[in-house]
Amino acid sequence: MKSLRFLIPLAIFIVLAGFLAVGLKLNPREVPSPLIGKPAPAFALPRMGEPGTVIKREDLLGKVWMLNVWASWCAPCREEHPLVVAFAKRTGAQVYGLNYKDQPAAAQAWLGQLGNPYVATLVDADGKVGIDWGVYGVPETFVIDKQGVVRFKQIGPLSEEALRDKIEPLLKELGS
Amino acid sequence: MSRRRLRAAVAGLCLGFAALTVHAVDAPVVNADRPMVAVDPAVEAKVNAITAELRCLVCQNQTIADSHAELAVDLRNQVREMVKRGDSQEKILAYMTARYGDFVLYRPPVKNTTALLWYGPAALLVVGLAVFIVVLRRRTRMGADRFEPDPEEAG
Repeated sequence: MKSLRFLIPLAIFIVLAGFLAVGLKLNPREVPSPLIGKPAPAFALPRMGEPGTVIKREDLLGKVWMLNVWASWCAPCREEHPLVVAFAKRTGAQVYGLNYKDQPAAAQAWLGQLGNPYVATLVDADGKVGIDWGVYGVPETFVIDKQGVVRFKQIGPLSEEALRDKIEPLLKELGS
Repeated sequence: MSRRRLRAAVAGLCLGFAALTVHAVDAPVVNADRPMVAVDPAVEAKVNAITAELRCLVCQNQTIADSHAELAVDLRNQVREMVKRGDSQEKILAYMTARYGDFVLYRPPVKNTTALLWYGPAALLVVGLAVFIVVLRRRTRMGADRFEPDPEEAG
């Protein structure tokens, strides 16, 4: 036993290096949302293109839906958008858009150019609903279940892997 | 009242109105971060104290009081609104953690998930001190022959 004592510093080094390696891989921008497992924050927002129509949280109870936060000024949103379009088309997922702090004309033009995958787009002109949902980096995507509980949050652009490995199985599980 | 005096009074009134209108056009300086109404120093002091406790999520390592990110400006305005409404600091911090998690607090609460954060450094210090003391005590018990002789003794 005594002969192996010289290995102790090496063992400590390996453990420390392991911790540091994991730390390097963690993304400090991905802050776990306290909303997961909690009822979705209430909102009542006008629908894009139909300012007279207001969509509320209660209107969406009973169905599984996704909320995709986007803005025409957001470059990663542009990157993510084709994936959302393809995903909504392929799976028929109920994706709602939350147009965050945007100019209506620019937002409409953006959807016209890149395609509109949304059942409806909610207009959050002053970003108040964004604050309630804890949005801090557009794009963000939430999955909400039939009871109106937030089940998943993606911070930053969706990737094909995230859609395939996390969101699609979750939607199936929730019975959308 | 003489004619002259009347004229002077009318001229004065006109000037006064002119000054007022100029002021009215000038007054609402549109700056997203500044309240549109007169600044209340007591409110601003409280807003600053509270936002200095909050981490900006866009440019982490800055407080919401320091940051110029748009979200930080919005959150400052939100805090200002709540302060004006008379909400307590606890209530405002609770409002922020409900949305962004404990991560927004520069002084996160002590609970199970943050225990390592709060007590980890102290625990490491205790372990380090213990190792140090054990090593020292072992050395005092060693015979002189286990150490290299001092230079003058050797010389």
